[in-house]
Amino acid sequence: MVASAAVRLFGMWASPAVRRVEWALKLKGIEYEYIEEDLSNKSSSLLEFNPINKQVPVLVHNCNPIVESLVILEYIDETWKENPILPVDPLERAKARFWATFVDVKCREESRKAFFMEGEEKEKAIENLQVQLKALDEELEGKKFFSGDHIGYTDLAVGWMAFWLGVAEEAAGFKANYDVKFPNFSRWMKDFLAEPVIKDNLPPREKTVEFFRAFKQLGSCTKVNQK
Amino acid sequence: MEKSSSLKLFGSWASSYTHRVQLALKLKNIQFEYIEEDLSNKSEALLQFNPIYKKVPVLVHDDRPLVESVIILQYVDEVWNNRPILPTDPYERAVVRFWCHFADDKLGPAVGVVFASSGDVQKAAVDQVHENLALIERELREGYFKGRKFFGGDSIGLLDIVLGCGSYWLAVFEEVMTGVKLVDPEAFPLFHAWLREFESLDEVKETIPAVDKLLEYAKAVRAMLLGHCMGNTGVIETATPATAAASATTTASVPDITVDSS
Repeated sequence: MVASAAVRLFGMWASPAVRRVEWALKLKGIEYEYIEEDLSNKSSSLLEFNPINKQVPVLVHNCNPIVESLVILEYIDETWKENPILPVDPLERAKARFWATFVDVKCREESRKAFFMEGEEKEKAIENLQVQLKALDEELEGKKFFSGDHIGYTDLAVGWMAFWLGVAEEAAGFKANYDVKFPNFSRWMKDFLAEPVIKDNLPPREKTVEFFRAFKQLGSCTKVNQK
Repeated sequence: MEKSSSLKLFGSWASSYTHRVQLALKLKNIQFEYIEEDLSNKSEALLQFNPIYKKVPVLVHDDRPLVESVIILQYVDEVWNNRPILPTDPYERAVVRFWCHFADDKLGPAVGVVFASSGDVQKAAVDQVHENLALIERELREGYFKGRKFFGGDSIGLLDIVLGCGSYWLAVFEEVMTGVKLVDPEAFPLFHAWLREFESLDEVKETIPAVDKLLEYAKAVRAMLLGHCMGNTGVIETATPATAAASATTTASVPDITVDSS
């Protein structure tokens, strides 16, 4: 166990990127101090540690700030060697990074459009999202988790979809229909959310749906889904 | 020399993302077969190896494809440990990864918009490029890389490769678009000095195409872009890195310069 003073995490309760980092810290048994940020009134500490993006999550380890959740995950894995989350084999590592980038760039973009837009643009985004979900579904063929028998880096990277996709659907009134069309992915979502480290570290669903509903009405560009 | 007949690189001669991989393989003295792709008529092999993005570069090692240049570079570094390109310290690796994302998510797209637009839209994009370069300049002046010849230290590393292969377009674009100033040596002295050092390296000179070839290509694409119907935003959608990345299939009619890969 690492002393909590050495590890601090700046976050926001509804943010999937922040939870991603918390899941990794908890999987590794790393103690940390959590600091909740009000993103409409960012603390001077946050702005000092992340002056370029001004976003959460920011992990501060021994006074060194690390930003961007996927970068933080790799840093955590390289610094604390117990319970590795990335595979050892270089090809498997490349595949893990590939899927992480895929969901963070492509799936997030289409989900955002499906969430914010209406009419034809919304429909097109949902279609594109389904093409992406199909790829993820195929990747899961014969596997319990993306990382194999246990959750790992790829699951943590894709993990936001297991909870926040449903939240977005409810808040914005659309359905990606993964339960019908993508059985592997649907099954993975349930298994992932049932994992103790994940189950015990999710925001309250109703409160999150309300938050995103208000967020959509605001139509603002304030980034909750941080990198 | 390590010979590997099972290593193939699908690329495009004008793609800075392809150059990144070529440079890394050259630094590590790794032999490979290079396959030039016609991006307006992609081969079956490319589409088979990269069905999701359909882009270059693709590295195929023992028939297993690797895609996305930064992912490929890390793979190459992990498989061939001679002449490392990533640092060993986890914090430094995190800083390097952050700036690689910055180069690809912020600086690259802004430069792409400059090239694909004109008027007010272009002016705004130029300002954005300057803002981004100012952040890099500050990092070189007083941040993590302070005092270094290269981001990698005395020799080039991952961030030099990522930022360098792409930055050579800045001078080319300035030449093609008169009145557009992207890298003013007085405004960005450290960045400018770093880029000159990078471009003077033998391995870099052997990787990046000759300036006149780049110029000719850039002029042709720019002329084509300006000849196309512009959308409301004054930006040609197909040509920017950000929007090219948004669609899995690049439109065949307008060849991309820096952008048909990731």
